[in-house]
Amino acid sequence: MGYALNFNLIWRHFDKLWGGLLLSLELAVISIAIGVVIGLVLAVWYVSAGRVVRAVIAAYVEFIRNVPLILLVYLVFYGLPTVVDLAYSAPTSFVLTLSVYSGAYLVEVFRSGLEAVPRGQLDAGKAIGLTPWQRLLHVRLPTMLRITLPALSNTFISLFKDTSIASVISVPELTFGAQWINFNTFRIVEVYLVTTAMYLVTGYIMLFGLRLVERRFRAAR
Amino acid sequence: MSEAPNAGPVLLDVRDVSKAFGTVEVLRSVSLQVKRGEVVTVIGPSGSGKTTLLRCVNFLESYDSGSIRIDGNEVGYREAGTRQRRRERDLAAMRAETGMVFQSFNLFPHLTAAGNIMLGLTKVRGKKEAEARSIAEHWLGRVGLAHKADSLPAELSGGQQQRVGIARAVAMEPKILLLDEITSALDPELVGEVLAVVRSLAEDGMTMLMVTHEMAFARDASSRIVFMADGGVSAVGPPKEILAAETTNERLRTFLARFRASHF
Repeated sequence: MGYALNFNLIWRHFDKLWGGLLLSLELAVISIAIGVVIGLVLAVWYVSAGRVVRAVIAAYVEFIRNVPLILLVYLVFYGLPTVVDLAYSAPTSFVLTLSVYSGAYLVEVFRSGLEAVPRGQLDAGKAIGLTPWQRLLHVRLPTMLRITLPALSNTFISLFKDTSIASVISVPELTFGAQWINFNTFRIVEVYLVTTAMYLVTGYIMLFGLRLVERRFRAAR
Repeated sequence: MSEAPNAGPVLLDVRDVSKAFGTVEVLRSVSLQVKRGEVVTVIGPSGSGKTTLLRCVNFLESYDSGSIRIDGNEVGYREAGTRQRRRERDLAAMRAETGMVFQSFNLFPHLTAAGNIMLGLTKVRGKKEAEARSIAEHWLGRVGLAHKADSLPAELSGGQQQRVGIARAVAMEPKILLLDEITSALDPELVGEVLAVVRSLAEDGMTMLMVTHEMAFARDASSRIVFMADGGVSAVGPPKEILAAETTNERLRTFLARFRASHF
């Protein structure tokens, strides 16, 4: 065994990793933002809708949850443009995919949160004369948020890690940058150690930030 | 309609209201009137329909037949007899005219004591933030919690939470206040502070319909007591008459005897 760790080549190409990390974050933030909108709208719709709408939303959630993300990425990037007349870049394609993907997970998180809001609070909102919309905005959503924050944090971090799958369609995010360095330097151990550390540190920073938010909200319970 | 000689105008008029949950009839043709300024207490064994009746008055529950009017306006349906539910906006507007205090307080956990009171004032009554705040502070003072305006519900005791609940309801200046077993979830030593607030509101002439198991309080504070059994009104009258041990109403006598046995 004569493998000597040598990080010099990694540092020389570190811009690939750093730039990749920034792109990973960008992909995650945009996708999660769109996913949150999808999730919120569908969850609110779900809890107040009839059987047909519920079935459709449930089908979307089930479909996404039972298909591997990597397959969805292939389908949207290679499959969709051949069927319909669309042209998009790989990053756009991935954001589209991850948004729809995260939307499905977030519907579930938000739906269970909405259903966990105690009925008494909704009654109290009705009793003071709030309209359904006002009850949603001022009573149900704030309480739902407080209930779902821990689950939300986990989902966000998990979605951030999922951005690594964008590497399969050559989006130059962090994992793709790592692969590039590996192919060009053959320092496989070093590059993946450094990359792992970068995911880890970023994940921890996110978790720390989200826990701070959670604590603020928990204090206000 | 009851016609006591010194009767004020009828404010709440419940007529022949029936309701079933599936095959279980929870309300059987219930009628009762509450006049302006009256305090009417509903007592009865659990499962007799007291809470359901109260929840029908502000249409937290719908009912199958009959009519409920407040100040002459049909509550949940467009017209008596038709079963056409009012639009949600109209229901909200009607509910703003009745205040309700709940057994489990039901404060909004993300809002402070003052915030709980201000929500309805700003969103429903359209008051400015500053005005709503001063109204909230006024009512918090009335219930003895001026110093807790910026406390969250989780930081308050049960008795304090319930007093905020009362303040939240009365700050809206409702025509009638509905009190649904408001001391049942409280530790015994906290009951007194809540009842004291209710008593002072009664002295101010607030019209109230309440469900309670506090018989002593019912006797002292009520204009009339309604005894419900099996979803129907079994007896109505002044407290002395209803709570008399020698009542001829068999069910009422059983209820009171059981009640006394379990409370002493």
